Amino acid sequence: MSALLIRNGHLIDPAAGVDGHRDILLKDGRVAEIAAAGKLKPTNGTESLDATGLTVAPGLIDIHVHLREPGQGYKETIATGTAAAAAGGFTAVAAMPNTSPVNDSVEITRWMLAPERGAHVRVYPIAAATRGSKGESLNDFAALKSAGAVAVTDDGHPILKDSVMRETLAAAARVGLSVIQHAEDTRMTQGASMNAGPMAFKLGLRGMPPEAESSLVERDIRLVTELRDARSHLHVAHTSTAGAMAAVRKARRNGLRVTCEVAPHHFLLTDEHVGFYNTNAKMNPPLRSAADRDAMIEGILDGVVDAIATDHAPHATHEKEVEFENAPNGITGLETALGLCLRWLHKEWKLPLGRVLSLLSAQPAALLGLKGRGTLAVGSFADVVVFDPKAEWIYHAKETRSKAHNTPFDGWTMQGKVRWTISEGRVAYTGA
Amino acid sequence: MSNVQIRFLVQPAPALRRSTGVASEDSMTAAATAPPVRRHLHPPPVAATPFPYNSGSLLSVQDLTLEAVSHLLARASLLENLDPLVRDRILLKRRVALLFYESSTRTRTSFELAAKGLGADTTLVSNLSSSIEKGETLKDTGLTLRALGAEAIILRHNSSGAPWLLEEATRLPVLNAGDGMHEHPTQALLDLRTILAHLRPGIEAVSADTLAGVTVTITGDILHSRVARSNMLLLPRLGAHVLLCGPAQFLPELATGAGPGISIERDFDAALRQSQVVMMLRIQAERLAGQQIDLEHYKASYQLTGQRLAAHAPSALVMHPGPIIRGLELTAGVADGSQSVILEQVRHGVAIRMAVVERALADSSTKAGRA
Repeated sequence: MSALLIRNGHLIDPAAGVDGHRDILLKDGRVAEIAAAGKLKPTNGTESLDATGLTVAPGLIDIHVHLREPGQGYKETIATGTAAAAAGGFTAVAAMPNTSPVNDSVEITRWMLAPERGAHVRVYPIAAATRGSKGESLNDFAALKSAGAVAVTDDGHPILKDSVMRETLAAAARVGLSVIQHAEDTRMTQGASMNAGPMAFKLGLRGMPPEAESSLVERDIRLVTELRDARSHLHVAHTSTAGAMAAVRKARRNGLRVTCEVAPHHFLLTDEHVGFYNTNAKMNPPLRSAADRDAMIEGILDGVVDAIATDHAPHATHEKEVEFENAPNGITGLETALGLCLRWLHKEWKLPLGRVLSLLSAQPAALLGLKGRGTLAVGSFADVVVFDPKAEWIYHAKETRSKAHNTPFDGWTMQGKVRWTISEGRVAYTGA
Repeated sequence: MSNVQIRFLVQPAPALRRSTGVASEDSMTAAATAPPVRRHLHPPPVAATPFPYNSGSLLSVQDLTLEAVSHLLARASLLENLDPLVRDRILLKRRVALLFYESSTRTRTSFELAAKGLGADTTLVSNLSSSIEKGETLKDTGLTLRALGAEAIILRHNSSGAPWLLEEATRLPVLNAGDGMHEHPTQALLDLRTILAHLRPGIEAVSADTLAGVTVTITGDILHSRVARSNMLLLPRLGAHVLLCGPAQFLPELATGAGPGISIERDFDAALRQSQVVMMLRIQAERLAGQQIDLEHYKASYQLTGQRLAAHAPSALVMHPGPIIRGLELTAGVADGSQSVILEQVRHGVAIRMAVVERALADSSTKAGRA
């Protein structure tokens, strides 16, 4: 494999504690050498990228995406979803199992990882915790792990039964897998299509109370507490309520292995952004109140939040052009995450750039135990994002590499433009 | 930027400790004692709405300025009194489609009579005798009606927000004839006309204090009522005080947040004592979504009886958007009694809808918007 030299960029690698101008040599899919800027010279056969004025960082890692394959290729494919990932600076994505059929088997996990899928960046399948994600009988976690699964979840179909969730946490811990929960007590959200509150009342829509999320997070934390000796790792997906954030914060103080992620839309938008029934502002968990949104920002700024994850959920245009109640949940997110995080978390709310990048790479890699990812230390995978941190640009959904256009951020100003995304030493995306 | 330092102000998850050095133990201990970060945050603003795309549309009562309301009231009176042979020249042969996804007696008939009274051709499409049954979407049905020459669409739909979807897709004037649990703007306008006829006779030009000192109690299934929402958004803008009354199941506390001039009084008798107008609502069994209600208990607390009316509001107007369920939300005696203006409301409906249909077609221009 050829070598690639990234010259004179500003390397920020939070996990390795590096923040300065460096040359980086990538060879055979790994980071081969790092030296002070200007020290490394391209030899014959070495391609070179001039990163002067640009930031060089570990490729971004999104631990919550829906790639829709197998079964829903009209929404997205592994190829198109990972093309969007590369355009957004991501070099690894963890794919949720709510495909058709549900990824609850070694066969499907392997099928997703096969080279024929045409992935542009590394895909990490997350397997279903229970057969068919029906919340009844557990899958074979050891087999799924050896096939390549990095965690288990019934995302979209929360595990409500205490006994099944307890078994899941214990069984996953035995094989060293994390359990990811989409926390929603669906008994409290029947027929609801947005956050419960004054806005839902005004729009005449049934609401999902914030307690539907926080009560299940509290239940899960109680189970982790009871299983203390098992050292279970509970990861709370797309946290959206102040109550859930407080529960995670408390669990953390008590020394439990409980982590959480927040999606950009939950730290930026509120249920007011639903406007007049904008189906591109409909997702689950829904956009919440301003107080909940502020609690997400606070959780990020003060370190309770372990990862920013997009919950990239592509849908065909015709599926979203229907009555709000009938529209499917979800929005795309891979191409807008970095631009929104830099524009708001960094520029507006002054979170140091290294912290922002850590939430998008080092911390999610650590959380799921993705070895050799999330850092550019010598020997790590050559997963790199090179971006212009000063560039402001407008995101146009119609120019997306995803198959889907369902985003509330169409026309929004982004900060930081991706110039190159390099996946295991290969240029996966070249930006303008 | 100086050295990147990952600071955890709370304890990071032990899970992270197996990482390749995201944070050292030292920085964790130091950070654990630091106070939480608090800043004054300026989050992204909510974008201005592009609706309505068509100036002839009536999606919500909030689309109307008080000036526009006054104009509609004046046109309603004028059109009502016009010679029918002159009136039917106004929209002669213009095409208006009625698209109904729910059953309706009053609204459908009065819109149809209103449009025909102005000379327009009308066509009715209902979900039970059309390609909607075959799975055609609202967008495609709207585009088909437009291709057939419809110049305006009157929509009744069981999903809240459907008129916004239809307007965005067709850019035609869309008249909301009731959407799910959301709004029913022409009902609020005809209710206003009814109230004015009794409490402010002769007044058509309304202002922010036209109904000052008037308390309107709306009683019953507020949660599921589009009539309640449109009235509580319109009447306070004319100075009226809206009192909502009903059990918590049908009336959540946050209803008062819908707008100014709205409050809750759970004691029906106390509400009646303050009211010049009382609007009764039907329990919408079709929208209860599995909720159970003890009808005997409900009637004891909220049924409008002759006795209750005589004791607490002997001169109040009794209104109801219909259909009424005699013996449930009100007794037959009250429905037929001297304080009832229920059938007057129906009559005002035709006049108001003539004005609204005329506005839709007379003054229709499409705003350039999203593709």
